Amino acid sequence: MDYIIILIAAVFVNNIVLSQFLGICPFLGVSNKVSTSVGMSGAVLFVMTIATTVTYLLHQYVLIPVGLDYLRTITFILVIAALVQMVEIILKKVSPPLYQALGVFLPLITTNCAVLGVAILALGLEGGSLLKAVFFAIANSIGFALALILFASIREQLELADIPEGMKGVPINLLVAGLLSLAFLGFTGLV
Amino acid sequence: MAETINQKQNFLKGIVKENPVFVMLLGMCPTLGVTSSAFNGLGMGVATLFVLLMSNIVVSLFKSHIPSKVRIPAFIIIIASFVTIVEMVLEAFIPFLYEQLGIFIPLIVVNCLILGRAEAFASKNNLMSSILDGLGMGIGFVIALTALGVTREILGSGSIFDFKFVSEDANTFILFILPPGAFIALAYLSVLFNKISTKTT
Amino acid sequence: MGKKESTFINMVVSLLLITLVSGLSLGFINDLTIEPIAKAKLDRKINAIKLVLPEFNNNPVEDLVVVKSEFAKDSVEIYPAFKNEEFVGAAVIGSSEKGFSGLVKIMVGFTPDGTIQNIVVLEQKETPGLGTKMKDEKFLKQFRGINPSKFNLKVTKDGGEVDALTGATITSRAFGESVKMAYDEFLKNLDSNNTSKH
Repeated sequence: MDYIIILIAAVFVNNIVLSQFLGICPFLGVSNKVSTSVGMSGAVLFVMTIATTVTYLLHQYVLIPVGLDYLRTITFILVIAALVQMVEIILKKVSPPLYQALGVFLPLITTNCAVLGVAILALGLEGGSLLKAVFFAIANSIGFALALILFASIREQLELADIPEGMKGVPINLLVAGLLSLAFLGFTGLV
Repeated sequence: MAETINQKQNFLKGIVKENPVFVMLLGMCPTLGVTSSAFNGLGMGVATLFVLLMSNIVVSLFKSHIPSKVRIPAFIIIIASFVTIVEMVLEAFIPFLYEQLGIFIPLIVVNCLILGRAEAFASKNNLMSSILDGLGMGIGFVIALTALGVTREILGSGSIFDFKFVSEDANTFILFILPPGAFIALAYLSVLFNKISTKTT
Repeated sequence: MGKKESTFINMVVSLLLITLVSGLSLGFINDLTIEPIAKAKLDRKINAIKLVLPEFNNNPVEDLVVVKSEFAKDSVEIYPAFKNEEFVGAAVIGSSEKGFSGLVKIMVGFTPDGTIQNIVVLEQKETPGLGTKMKDEKFLKQFRGINPSKFNLKVTKDGGEVDALTGATITSRAFGESVKMAYDEFLKNLDSNNTSKH
């Protein structure tokens, strides 16, 4: 039951992009085509899950026991940066097709605040366990994917629309994101 | 003389021509996430300004001692250290703001603005220029966040910096302090900004 | 001003140095701020207690009673207050998971006969502009000076006596529930409070 609530909350109610405002940079940056947004979502799912697993263990079994809790931010970001590099190298060797699909997005992920954000938020989960933290990461990356792919589909349509001069570009995208977020607001109170 | 004009431009570019939020779209997460009130926007802006300025100074001072292949991890450590300092100082002395900004304080680390300035500017320029660049960009960021915070607070809660100018139970546009309002307010503010900046230049 | 070459040793040494310096300076600042942080947290608690209770001159935080409760996930905190060794009331933390966006946590101050002195909201994630109005004077004042034994803490819609916030019935329900929980815990522990220390 707990897990279903986490899933619904992360995907719909507290959608990481549309209501928590994490990962806005890739949300606005790589959403002009549906195909690229699918690639980005895959890369985020991959990295976010691994990163949360590693940082959770590190925090629980290294930082807290030695009382270096205050080094959390610095450790986490280094772990994420190193992980992204490692994933890139390993993918290149092990699965070239997957690397082809995700490769270009990987370097961008280091500065994706959604990854660091989820890693930190996962520490504060109620009745936290490793399994819960990992599930939380997966649920949030699904939420990220949903928002990103929806947004990209709308943006593809926007190319054909007749938009007033001053609204072209960034403003119209923000407005669309606002409307999407408004739609997701309707899910509040669900859990 | 040419030098001073150059420095002046260097400082001013962050505020208008290359405004991090309205023009370069950097650091959007805190921009949208914490600006539900003017005070929060200002607080976040100042915290970011501090980290940006300090990291620009340190990176510029030690740029020749950092091998180029490991420069990114080195920058990240430097930035993360200053962020942690901000985190601890805020929790100790302004706990109210610390609570309001929440997760967005540690997330200053991944604000693309800071790493971007370290990589693109401070690692190539001297101390003085880096300080001015950091100050200009930082102030540009503060202005953007405060403007967004003020707009959302006026529309959403009918107050400015917690000073209420409508009656207690008046209906306000609650939408603007909710998440969708962040996107919508920023959309119109950037239209306005574009209009003004094209007119002045 | 030659750039340092990216030899393996150079890279390792410079990264190591940077990490060392940053680790040391963070440790130093942590030492400096650890006390103010603890003090700020304590101050907030004491300020909340001062707001909800009549005048007292002991240190309620030291006399804290933590009890296991069947109503809450965590244990319930009760802060008894004494003035000149005489029991003048207790602040109890009540909470409910049934708010519109989850947890609502409040501190309720009771005088010895169970009358509510005052309430402050400690934690909430309710919708800004609707549910957050539970912090407003207009909503809170209906609880002051009442005794939950003679006052139904349900909202009027459910047959109770609490005037719900406009557009935030669920929040008001959760609030009433938290007050009820705090009251129940206060009653259960009244005897131990009275006699435990003095």
